Amino acid sequence: MRRVVLLGPQRFEPNLSTTIDALGCGERLAVVTAGWQEREDETEELARHVDREIVNLRLYRRAEQVMAEDEELAAALRRRQEGLRQLQALYRLRLSSALDAARTLMRRPGRDGFVDEHRRAAIRAVRTLDRQHLVRVRKIHEEFDRHWRTAERVAVRRHREPIAEALERASALAIAGGHVAVLLSRLRLFDLLDLEPELPLIAWSAGAMALSERVVLFHDSPPQGPGDAEVFEWGLGGITGILPLPHAGRRLRLDDPWRVALFARRFARATCVALEPGTRLDWDGRDWIPCDRARALSRRGTLREMVPS
Amino acid sequence: MSRALQRFVEEGLFEPEPLERFLSAHEFPLVEGRSVTFVYHGAADEIRLRHWIFGLPSSQPFHRVEETDLWYLEMELPECSRVEYKIEKVIGEEVEWIMDPLNPHQARDPFGANSVCHGHGYEIPDWTLPDPEARPGRIEEVSLPSRALGGRRRLLVYLPARFRQRRRYPLLVAHDGPDYLRYAMLRTVLDNLIHRLEIPPMIVALSEPGERKVEYAADPSHARFLTTEVVPALERRFPLISEPASRALAGASFGGVAALFTAWRYPGFWGRLLLQSGSFAFSDIGEHRRGPAFDPVARFVNAFREEPGRPTEKVFLSCGIYESLIYENRSIVPLLQSTGMDVRYVEARDGHNWENWRDRLREGLSWLFPGPLWMVYE
Repeated sequence: MRRVVLLGPQRFEPNLSTTIDALGCGERLAVVTAGWQEREDETEELARHVDREIVNLRLYRRAEQVMAEDEELAAALRRRQEGLRQLQALYRLRLSSALDAARTLMRRPGRDGFVDEHRRAAIRAVRTLDRQHLVRVRKIHEEFDRHWRTAERVAVRRHREPIAEALERASALAIAGGHVAVLLSRLRLFDLLDLEPELPLIAWSAGAMALSERVVLFHDSPPQGPGDAEVFEWGLGGITGILPLPHAGRRLRLDDPWRVALFARRFARATCVALEPGTRLDWDGRDWIPCDRARALSRRGTLREMVPS
Repeated sequence: MSRALQRFVEEGLFEPEPLERFLSAHEFPLVEGRSVTFVYHGAADEIRLRHWIFGLPSSQPFHRVEETDLWYLEMELPECSRVEYKIEKVIGEEVEWIMDPLNPHQARDPFGANSVCHGHGYEIPDWTLPDPEARPGRIEEVSLPSRALGGRRRLLVYLPARFRQRRRYPLLVAHDGPDYLRYAMLRTVLDNLIHRLEIPPMIVALSEPGERKVEYAADPSHARFLTTEVVPALERRFPLISEPASRALAGASFGGVAALFTAWRYPGFWGRLLLQSGSFAFSDIGEHRRGPAFDPVARFVNAFREEPGRPTEKVFLSCGIYESLIYENRSIVPLLQSTGMDVRYVEARDGHNWENWRDRLREGLSWLFPGPLWMVYE
């Protein structure tokens, strides 16, 4: 079973280095910084922080090379992307009114049976919508994989081999944050989690999101629009039972108990975890072990400290 | 009169010490809900409030608390209003306009500075203030020869933090660019909005006019300069996305006219417009009565009203309801919408000033250029 550690954002309070030390990992760290896109290679700060040899798997650049080499696959990926974009727009349209109803009912005073029943029904409607959306997304991916067998394409195989070698020589794999869709698509293209399945994995921010079962995009106060959190994709499923929420303090109105409660109830049974600077959460293969500053959104609308079970 | 001032007056303790205590214990003007009381302390024959709220008498007399040098004026201001003003002090024949000595809030502009009254509910937006977490962009100077305008022209160019030559960026060209920097905190705003992922990293060319009232008053040479000289020069030097949707013009007041005119002269080239309190005077109905500098503007706006075409794709338009141009701006909205362009129009309880334009930048820029907020988690 793979050991996984989720961390909060690393810019101001990095704890990657101490985490690696605590895991007793060796001197060579494989890193994925594909979420940084064209800045993928700028790992000097990261290398200084961990004070180890780092091997950048360069998934962003490799994917660009695959696209340039395998035009047929590139065109198919673009078509899939366009399909997913349309699907997301349609889901968003329905989500808006469903969430609006749920929010209104959450705030409606009174705890009588009628209101409670309607609250539950409204949240159930949102959950159903989320689930149906993911089913559609999965269908698109499954059809694509069946038809294109990406891992078997020559252009992809050519990169998978050196990646596998680099992972074999590494003592841990670190997946940084950044653009979650870009990161996820690169991880998926090279089927990274299937390579070296026992290698300890440390991920933060978008990296943690990509590893989870569902990728949920969220921001309560965007400059445009109502700030409806939306289910975006299936994650890689490297971790279960957790919905990581990087920068939750900045992105969510955590002082609004109704919004917090709705968020927690909408995504239950997953535990919605605020990944803030300094947070660390370990997965030992069976359970989550909160190590540092791990807090979860509760159904009561508060933030609760996570304690080891 | 505000309750706080009324209590003080009823106590009748006008000696220097209690008066000083009262003045230092409160923020001025005194804001109690919609009621705003301006206060002045000092010897004078008359004290007046000079403000720029269109539709109200621009000079309003203060009342003197009997047998004292304490003056006050109560006004009603709707929520979230922001009003710039000065105090007019009259002693004998001498009339002086001064800043409100009791109010620390001031706004600067090319003509000097004004005191600022923050109505109930108004707060200076946090994204206009320096944020130590936001990575700062940098500003470079570019000089280019211009056949359209003659001679050389200087531009300041804002490059976002973590600027990379191998990435491509949208371009915003801002009229009165240095004023946007000085009076509307544009550099801080860009740093913050990019840091918050609310707009993408972008390059902003800050242009300044030679003869402003000529070049910004619907001048074909200036439009040619921006479109056929500035953009190609910047595209040669910086990695810009060479598409209309990634190319915008911004301007306030006469700058708004210049932005709209340029897009109108070169339809389809500029895909985004940010027009703030544009001086869109027209005379196809009656006269514009704004002086000769507006004649070329009115000729253009008349022509635009006659045949707007479809100069761009998206237009963000804003205007303060306390400025005289509100009529012209409201008039142009349905016209813009009728062209099939995507138009967003917002009004603010503010006047014709740089802080009004500053306060609308987040909404305008993030609508014209949505950032990767939903996708990036660093």
